[in-house]
Amino acid sequence: MSIETFYEVMRRQGISRRSFMKFCSLTAASLGLGPAFAPRIAHAMETKPRTPVIWLHGLECTCCSESFIRSAHPLAKDVVLSMLSLDYDDTLMAAAGFQAEAIIEDIKKKYKGNYILAVEGNPPLNEDGMFCIHGGRPFVEILRETAADAKAIISWGACASWGCVQAAKPNPTRATPVHKVITDKPIIKVPGCPPIAEVMTGVVTYMLTFDRIPELDRQGRPKMFYGQRIHDKCYRRPHFDGGQFVEHWDDEGARRGYCLYKMGCKGPTTYNACSTTRWNGGVSFPIQSGHGCIGCSEEGFWDKGGFYNRVTDIKAFGVESNADRLGGGVAAVAGAAVAAHAAVSALSRARSNNDKNPGGN
Amino acid sequence: MAVQVEVSGAAQTAAGRTVFVYEAPVRLWHWINALAISVLAVTGYLIASPLPSQPGEASDNFLMGYIRFAHFAAAYVFAIGFVARAYWALVGNHHARELFVPRLADREWWAGMRQELLWYAFIARQPRKYQGHNPLANLMMFLMVTLGSVFMIVTGFALYGEGGQAGHWANVLFTTWVLPLFGQSQDVHTWHHLGAWMMVVFVIVHVYAAIREDIMSRQTMIGAIINGERTFRS
Ligand code: SF4
Repeated sequence: MSIETFYEVMRRQGISRRSFMKFCSLTAASLGLGPAFAPRIAHAMETKPRTPVIWLHGLECTCCSESFIRSAHPLAKDVVLSMLSLDYDDTLMAAAGFQAEAIIEDIKKKYKGNYILAVEGNPPLNEDGMFCIHGGRPFVEILRETAADAKAIISWGACASWGCVQAAKPNPTRATPVHKVITDKPIIKVPGCPPIAEVMTGVVTYMLTFDRIPELDRQGRPKMFYGQRIHDKCYRRPHFDGGQFVEHWDDEGARRGYCLYKMGCKGPTTYNACSTTRWNGGVSFPIQSGHGCIGCSEEGFWDKGGFYNRVTDIKAFGVESNADRLGGGVAAVAGAAVAAHAAVSALSRARSNNDKNPGGN
Repeated sequence: MAVQVEVSGAAQTAAGRTVFVYEAPVRLWHWINALAISVLAVTGYLIASPLPSQPGEASDNFLMGYIRFAHFAAAYVFAIGFVARAYWALVGNHHARELFVPRLADREWWAGMRQELLWYAFIARQPRKYQGHNPLANLMMFLMVTLGSVFMIVTGFALYGEGGQAGHWANVLFTTWVLPLFGQSQDVHTWHHLGAWMMVVFVIVHVYAAIREDIMSRQTMIGAIINGERTFRS
């Protein structure tokens, strides 16, 4: 059997030529590439043999998959899913048991060095990885084996990218992000809890059509989706600049849609595309629904204290405090110390003056 | 230029003598810096914990915008002032260099440090006299003013570059590497905030020590940073 192109796969899935072209221009737009790129995407998909994707699940909650199958443009979902489900995703595919596990072996042999490994969740390393079992064996072993012959790895979500809640202190299972286990492959982090569906399909489509990984920032995230903060494109930003804040849930400011900064919004420190792409087909995103951003695509967001505090916790040396409490405390101590020192200084000066001229001054 | 060790007993610090210590650029920098730090501390606090919500149309208000503008403007003054001051350390007199190169390898300097600590612990009855900073003051200055300023400038511009976004000079020079170094943006915010409190603590101690030494060390401190001359008393 010769290897099919993407286009052939799509046509076999019953997708019309017209819909295919639509998908190409939409993808070009969502990748920020401009209309001229649509024919290039189409050409690539028509001529390139498709790259198989293996989608593994480690320690996770499957919210990435849930997000993924809700991709706004149904066609994007159909196309990418049809590409994926042909291969391996234990949550989405029809096959099960030994038959399913055989698929991994099959792809590894047939497409050695040529397939993409998408990882949702992460491997726990404690107790030899026994906290996450995949087909009777520790997930970390499957991950290492499958990664060995992969061309590149996509780390889906905060789990694979940073560790997420299962890695929260004290991290009893030693849940470890993928890039700390697999160090010899290019890794694309697509963080978020979950990541935005369009971002996920966008990344996959980019990699499949252009046969290279998108441009990444220093933390390994695709620049096209993680180059700006929520705050930079937030529609409540005028209220922020004007100093109009929600002070309490359900106050007048909340009703008027003021900025959620004082309610702990992490939009100013979170790099993601929510305020641009939004969620569920562009319907809304947390801030639009009246709740601040919790910063779910940022490293360590789960261990930084309250989602409703703007100045977050510092957990060092067992002290749990925030910068204001700690700094203010130190300043108060310094102030008190200065006052006490000044008092003692005055006393000792008075005494030494007395010593010098005992008859008084 | 050789760095001299000035300890008590030297003719220069004899009672009644006046020496010229702080050149005009150093004094000017000191006061501009003091002003910039005050503005930065207040506006910085208000950025993290904003004032009560403003009424009316968003388009009629720009309070946070102005507060942030004041913070950024003062930050530029602070940073440019620091660079200018570092330049003056190269071309100015040897007192101007103390802040940047504490004499850590000098035994005499450490002996002076010990003496100062004893003086502050009320054990020593007399402090030594110095033309410039005493070793303890010098070390504090180096740690909190010199290194502290560098820390605040680097983390501050990294945060500033976030708003500037990719391609902005501060983003290219600072944000791209400072964010991953600290973990993420929120961590940089937290550290910058702690740095600000450190500056506040420094100011408290600095002002106290200057006033105290002026009274108790028989040499002018406050006058010195105003007119540049230090007079020694008996
Ligand atoms: S709601 Fe959050 S992201 Fe939006 S302007 Fe306010 S702080 Fe920024």
